Amino acid sequence: MSRKYLAAPYLLWALAFVLIPLGMIVYYGLTDSNGAVTLSNILAISSPEHRKALYLAIGLSLISTVLCLLMGYPLAMILASTGMGKGAFVVLVFILPMWMNFLLRTMAWQTLLEKNGVINNLLGVLGLPPISIINTGGAIILGMIYNFLPFMVLPIHTSLSKIDVNVVNAARDLGANGFQVFFRVILPLSIPGVISGITMVFIPALTTFVISNLLGGSKILLIGNVIEQEFTQTGNWNLGSGLSMVLMIFILVSMITTFITDKEEA
Amino acid sequence: MKKGLFCRIALSAVMVAAVGALTACGNKADDSKVYVYNWGEYIDPETMEMFTEETGIEVVYDEFETNEIMYPKVEAGASAYDVICPSDYMIKKMIDNDLLQKINWDNIPNAKANIGAQYYESSKEFDANNEYSVPYCWGTVGILYNKTMVSDPVDSWDILWNEKYADSILMQDSVRDAFMVALKRNGASMNTLDAAELDAAKEDLVEQKPIVQAYVVDQVRDKMIGNEAALGVIYSGEAIYTQRENPDLEYVIPKEGTNVWIDSWVIPKNAQSVTNAEKFIDFMCRPEIALMNFDYITYSTPNDAARELIEDEDIKNSEIAFPDLSQYNNLETYIYLGEEGDEMYNDRWKEVKSE
Amino acid sequence: MKKCLQRTYMGIIFIFLYAPIITLIVLSFNKSKTRAKWGGFTTKWYIDLFKNRAIMQALYNTLAIALLSAAIATVIGTIACLAMTRMKKRDRAILMGITNIPMLNADIVTGISIMLLFISFGIKFGFGTILIAHITFNIPYVILSVNPRFKQLNHSIYEAAVDLGCTPVQAFFRVVVPDIMPGILSGFFMAFTMSLDDFVITHFTKGPGVDTLSTKIYTEVKKGIKPEMYALSTIIFVSVFIILLAVNLKPEKKEK
Repeated sequence: MSRKYLAAPYLLWALAFVLIPLGMIVYYGLTDSNGAVTLSNILAISSPEHRKALYLAIGLSLISTVLCLLMGYPLAMILASTGMGKGAFVVLVFILPMWMNFLLRTMAWQTLLEKNGVINNLLGVLGLPPISIINTGGAIILGMIYNFLPFMVLPIHTSLSKIDVNVVNAARDLGANGFQVFFRVILPLSIPGVISGITMVFIPALTTFVISNLLGGSKILLIGNVIEQEFTQTGNWNLGSGLSMVLMIFILVSMITTFITDKEEA
Repeated sequence: MKKGLFCRIALSAVMVAAVGALTACGNKADDSKVYVYNWGEYIDPETMEMFTEETGIEVVYDEFETNEIMYPKVEAGASAYDVICPSDYMIKKMIDNDLLQKINWDNIPNAKANIGAQYYESSKEFDANNEYSVPYCWGTVGILYNKTMVSDPVDSWDILWNEKYADSILMQDSVRDAFMVALKRNGASMNTLDAAELDAAKEDLVEQKPIVQAYVVDQVRDKMIGNEAALGVIYSGEAIYTQRENPDLEYVIPKEGTNVWIDSWVIPKNAQSVTNAEKFIDFMCRPEIALMNFDYITYSTPNDAARELIEDEDIKNSEIAFPDLSQYNNLETYIYLGEEGDEMYNDRWKEVKSE
Repeated sequence: MKKCLQRTYMGIIFIFLYAPIITLIVLSFNKSKTRAKWGGFTTKWYIDLFKNRAIMQALYNTLAIALLSAAIATVIGTIACLAMTRMKKRDRAILMGITNIPMLNADIVTGISIMLLFISFGIKFGFGTILIAHITFNIPYVILSVNPRFKQLNHSIYEAAVDLGCTPVQAFFRVVVPDIMPGILSGFFMAFTMSLDDFVITHFTKGPGVDTLSTKIYTEVKKGIKPEMYALSTIIFVSVFIILLAVNLKPEKKEK
């Protein structure tokens, strides 16, 4: 018996629960409620409200991805350079919050950010003016960063800790200063980690409906919210599927773009 | 090092899981269950335990937040419930789409005996011959406001457009309720299918959006208690509860009129056990059980026998819990508007939300 | 100076990550039922928690689904990896491509697609449908962590074992498995954690009355979270923290 037939269970599973379901989305997305073939569900993305929701989702997730990168990269460097506990510490710090349910963690930000919330009370005690970012795009960005920062830090940390110390030392010996070492040696070598960090933050941020629901006060409609509502409230599966297809195309395109830039830089 | 770390983490994960699984109770597998689909926090859990104790039927309880969320689940048919508690217009929609079965009133004696005749009368608006629904709760929609934060008199929907209260206003995050407020404010019917009236209402809602703090459903309660907002659109049933927690709060029915609603028990066509469903509804119609539920959720009960049992005279004759509807002449009940009507509302609501 | 700066930065990130968690822990001791008011200190939610059947059932479902789906995904994923070692390059690429779909696709699309499948085939939603969905998104995590181990595997050892009289099955379990064990364990752990923390996919595939902690919390979020839920999360969090601390600190002392 050839060993490769052992892949059969997985292939069957993937066929039944990955490929056929995707086929169903395509089927619903390309038909109307009477089963006639139509492109209207996909073209619906160009209607003002859907376009706005899509642009807003892209905008907010891009900002959060950039901020995650800016916050996460130095953090990963510090963790890699100090080598605290050689990884154990990192896992402890970043995986541990994941054991608190993510809805509860996000909810807790409501308590912190509210008008009479913890942060504003603290600011009041210090005599500082209150902040009001709850129910705005700012709160959603904060929620995205909070939830997805670990997905940025961990891959960067992994690729940074793989860098051979001798390479860095060699660069120093050859006269490179700190900046040069960073931009010429460390950064290029960590690009794979950065790329996977970006995709791991951007995609969930782009498609979320929970964070915008919990921290946006339902005032801000992202493309994820629109799709969710088409399925759970309006009951228009065809439109929901059509918009999901658009979302898939977007993910595909952004994947390919990052992949190509990755190739070029490497 | 790495190897050891992962082993340790995996080990601890499994340990936690094993301990957790031991402390949690096991899954009982038997057919004597009744599947109930109800609004969030809309029943006293103790009454369900009493029901199980008395009949041996286990209650599998599930919650929804709005009628609109409930409907697709039931329509899809993949989730079979025995008892559901939708509101008036949604019941009509379910009847029209052949999702409900007729109730055998002989098996629910408590329903006819204890529930006031006037509630059956008003149910006829959506259930023409009283064949499908047993009233469970009823009430109005109004404005809850915080006396310490609002200086103007609150008697009109207009105040929700007052920029003085910017960022302190909570609107309902459900399409019919949100449009009801805007339509009533303009003197239109909340069941209108007139595109011009709806467009005007939509424009008003868009104009109002910048001063709205959040669109919420059940969260109004927490936010008003915590002094997070000054004004909120809320179901009358929440008024007593919130006042109990925060005495600064006051409930008003605006002068332009509002929505009167009834939430009723219904049995869907695909119910697995009609007998259990009937037993459950009948149990909930007992006066002492209805009273327990009233005390817990503080939504007005149509169960006259239960109202008689209320000891606190203030609540028994409360204007909020049991308003005399005859003094208002501009109250309406939602009517199911058909698929196209729904679409008219939904499309405009999406426009408001995406603004 | 540099150290000081680094410490400060770490400190800020640390506060950012843990402020919500501390908030939740504080709330679990709040006497008042709503999160909006502080009503004094109490430990009664920790006692009530164990009497709350709905939460206990949700906890049981969550753990059962996480354990079962991680275990089944580990078995399916590992033998798929084994099969891939003998595949042509092109076949392997196709298989890895399929594996990447649930990883890269949006949760919401994965959830909806599986929901549509179940509805179209008239399958009743319940415990089983959630389990199937979780296995589906767990398998890729297993494959991605087991596959690299197979690549590093020295095949001559396996062949040596067979030459010395082991049956292929024996050789697999005696020689190959110990070598790839770290990959299997980390795959299992990843799958377990992902399943535990999932909300979106469960949201679309759950049936009446079958709740996991995530879906239970989502319904409660609207009406105010029950304090018992804070208590439960605190217990889970603190026990994981203590276990991790205990197993991580001990050997490190030895190393020093």
